[in-house]
Amino acid sequence: MRFDTGLMSDSYTLYNQTVMDHFLNPRNLGEVPDADGVGEVGAAACGDIMKISLKVKDGRIEDARFKTFGCGSAIASSSMATELIKGRTVAEAMSFSNQEVIQALGGLPPVKIHCSVLAEEAIKAALEDYRKRHPEAAGQPER
Amino acid sequence: MRRVYLDHLAATPVLPEVLAAMQPCFLEAFGNPSSLHQHGLRARDALARARAQIAALINAESPEEIFFTSGGTEAANLAIKGVAYANQRRGHHLVVSAIEHPSVLGSVEFLEKQAFTATRVGVDSQGWVDPEAVRAALTDQTILIAVHHVNHDLGAIEPVAAVGRIAAQRGIPLFVDATASGGWLPIDVQAMGASLLSLSPHRFYGPKGVGVLYRHRRARLVSILHGGVQEGGRRAGTENVPAIVGAGVAAEIARRELPERIAHTAKLQARLWEGVQHRISYVKLNGPPPGAQRISTTLNLSTEFIEGEGQLLLCDLHGIAVASGSSCVSKSLKISHVLAAIGLDHALAQGNLILSLGKDNTSEEIDYFVTTFAQVVEKLRGMSPMWADFQRGVIDSVIQPSGRGTSFAAHASALAGKPAAARPS
Ligand code: FES
Repeated sequence: MRFDTGLMSDSYTLYNQTVMDHFLNPRNLGEVPDADGVGEVGAAACGDIMKISLKVKDGRIEDARFKTFGCGSAIASSSMATELIKGRTVAEAMSFSNQEVIQALGGLPPVKIHCSVLAEEAIKAALEDYRKRHPEAAGQPER
Repeated sequence: MRRVYLDHLAATPVLPEVLAAMQPCFLEAFGNPSSLHQHGLRARDALARARAQIAALINAESPEEIFFTSGGTEAANLAIKGVAYANQRRGHHLVVSAIEHPSVLGSVEFLEKQAFTATRVGVDSQGWVDPEAVRAALTDQTILIAVHHVNHDLGAIEPVAAVGRIAAQRGIPLFVDATASGGWLPIDVQAMGASLLSLSPHRFYGPKGVGVLYRHRRARLVSILHGGVQEGGRRAGTENVPAIVGAGVAAEIARRELPERIAHTAKLQARLWEGVQHRISYVKLNGPPPGAQRISTTLNLSTEFIEGEGQLLLCDLHGIAVASGSSCVSKSLKISHVLAAIGLDHALAQGNLILSLGKDNTSEEIDYFVTTFAQVVEKLRGMSPMWADFQRGVIDSVIQPSGRGTSFAAHASALAGKPAAARPS
């Protein structure tokens, strides 16, 4: 009788399929030309760096792009985060949380949660930058 | 899929001869060496043979100086704690190099929480320990010196014989962790002046689950694992006979094939480093250059503007197995203490990749790695904001500064609040 020890498979991945997909085929990679807001942040935990740029039109995020110097999970997190915030209003995006990224990615290993926090921080930094550059937009109704 | 294995520091496959020697120990020769009947005596005889094979590999005077443990980690724990406890009436001070394996440093930290103190001797930018710095750290309370033969990350061959002479002059035992060099470099415990030395057979085509501690008969050592009287009372617990038998055979073959293995891996190492330099810009070799002062099996690279885990993942997807010392790879999210100790900038340590060669790697595999790695670097640099800023002249390379913009290390450190270079304390 043979017992399956799981040792014969040839396809293991460090992260789940969704994370691997976003790492290998990142969405929204690059920089928005003439961005309305840019946020660059570094992770205190590991030293990785994420940069997110936004195009905002009529109070709504039209385009979001990222560049990441970091681990696979950081790249996947920034890819997913930019996907998620596209189309949201600035006000909505201000309450964006890393939990959404984790959920959409189908989970991250515990030690990699901070990578999704980095994505949240990069988005918020970009929104801050947008508000600084467009003080008139700060008070404007966004719906 | 094509598979290229470049992580021999993590594990090696067992040799067919090793497997064949181990097999009977599971079925007909399953006896416990402590038993007094035929089964036991047969197992005992197998242990004696393995001890002799290991003794020959490291030129120990007698097989009785060889002790088997569960692995290199236990061997290091036994050496450090066993010597410290055995000598605590003489003194309480240990001297260790700052870049020892975690099993050594962890044991030292454990002792520091008790009545012991320790001095960690720093290393230079190549990872070398200065024997005179070891001498300067000694006090009349010092009861143990620990300096490894080869650093597992950097490949630097340490001046252990010089340290051994100092140890002998002062009458202090020297423990040499040879887990990164065993089976890959000639080891002579007598010429080294080592009182204790550890080996990890699964790094040289032996099985996992077995480690070796050599102890000179005059070095005092108490057991840290209590129970039955196995291994001369220095290590309780029924011996892992199959693994020990496998370790013995692996040691014998390593001794025979050593010159061949060194020549082969040295050739591949040179080809690899040349290829990488040729194909990829802004790469730094950490540790000594290939040659007499570096073990022939490893290369430790820092590729600028990209992170190591991504490199590892992409290599793996192309069938290439490598390791990284990047903080993103470690469970503690800290860069390797070895890279910190040589004063490597945090940003460069992030881009770290460790390659370790074996006897079965081929030139063709090396070329495949170099070609693939060039693509991996290009892909990751395409995603890196740091590479983009570097192209624009906003930030500057640490490896090959152009004089334009702020240094990558300084920029990254300002953003993340990480020190640009973690100098040894
Ligand atoms: S961003 Fe730090 S490990 Fe992923």
